Amino acid sequence: MDLNRVDQEKYARLVKLEPDVTCCIGCGSCTASCSAGVFSRTSLRSALLALQNGKEQEALSLLGACMFCGKCLMVCPRGLNTRHMILSIHKIYSET
Amino acid sequence: MKKNILIIGGGPAGLEAAASLKHSGNNIILIEKSHQLGGHLARWDRLFPDGIRAREVLDKMIASLDGVNYFTDTDIAQINILDRSYSVILSNGISVLADAVLMATGFDLFDARKKEEYGYGIYDQVITNADLEDWFRTREDSRIDHPKRIGFVHCVGSRDEKSGCRACSKVCCATAVKQACEIKAEFPDAQVYCFYMDLRMFGKHYEDLYLKAQKEYGIRFIRGRVSEVAEQIDKTLQVKAEDTLSSKPLKVTLDLLVLMSGIRPSQNLEPVRKALQLAKDDDGFINERDAVYELQKTSMPGLFVAGAVTGPKTLPDTLAEARAAALQILSYLADNDKKPAK
Repeated sequence: MDLNRVDQEKYARLVKLEPDVTCCIGCGSCTASCSAGVFSRTSLRSALLALQNGKEQEALSLLGACMFCGKCLMVCPRGLNTRHMILSIHKIYSET
Repeated sequence: MKKNILIIGGGPAGLEAAASLKHSGNNIILIEKSHQLGGHLARWDRLFPDGIRAREVLDKMIASLDGVNYFTDTDIAQINILDRSYSVILSNGISVLADAVLMATGFDLFDARKKEEYGYGIYDQVITNADLEDWFRTREDSRIDHPKRIGFVHCVGSRDEKSGCRACSKVCCATAVKQACEIKAEFPDAQVYCFYMDLRMFGKHYEDLYLKAQKEYGIRFIRGRVSEVAEQIDKTLQVKAEDTLSSKPLKVTLDLLVLMSGIRPSQNLEPVRKALQLAKDDDGFINERDAVYELQKTSMPGLFVAGAVTGPKTLPDTLAEARAAALQILSYLADNDKKPAK
């Protein structure tokens, strides 16, 4: 990975809309509790990291199976609005 | 009867112990090897977690000395163990028969040049935590010229057996996060990265500082140890690490790299330690009598320790130890008076 080549523009837009995306502490609670994750590889933690590393498609695929059940929101120790965050990631990064 | 208490070291531990002992009716002598009081604190600008000024804290400490005898530019020339006291000759020629000695000799910052792969002293744009504090205080450092991409490397000379230290230095995580926020405040357009292995934000308000760094300052935390740094022809730095959370190797170009030099034993102390027959730990710090109950005592009666002489400490920890040592010294002297002479 080359951080010099990461497109910061979309990420900056996401941070403006969802300031919480910068606050993940990487604990993995969201991934562990994910209902969709049982069937398909789903991880908000990994998706946020992928976005910081400029891997947008990887991030979207890690969230594609999300059913917006909100369990991750209940378990997040930082109290981040994970559910809304996933929605915003889809909005910003699914644009063509 | 008035007793002589010698305090070796005029940093925070020595100053606070002296201030705690000044009304005890004993004769306090404090010595400091450098030309000024304050130790490393005199070189620091602001303190974690809340950013209070190091100078203000130090001024309060020095003001509370209030009449204590102290000598700067003074070291131990010779120290001998007697029956119930220590015979000390100072480098300024003064002799002291000390009934109790407090070693408040502090620490050395790790010499970052020893980690050659990071290039301190070789590449222009690699500096240390102490260099950055100097800049915060004086604004004089040509290396810091509107950097756009800044990196902080945690654990330099800590948790690194090859550099001679397995242990954590305790204060560098909080210092790195503090400095990352401060430099981002100076250069709001800069992207700031912290390369860490574990973030050890154990103290009161430290976790708040971490959240503030993420949320208010947008500091990017990358879990992984920087493996190597290379200088480019334009003086920028190519930095390599693994992003261990995604298990992928990563590289980034930076304009400034700040190495968080850890806390190492004071080298200056060796002759005194040997003369006093004090044991040191594997990591080189002086051993306290035990690590839970008798933190301020040593294997030698009448010889006490406070602060980073026994290992990395935060400033509040050091001050608490200094006050504890003062009480233990008084209690030791009182007990000694009751014992019949040999």
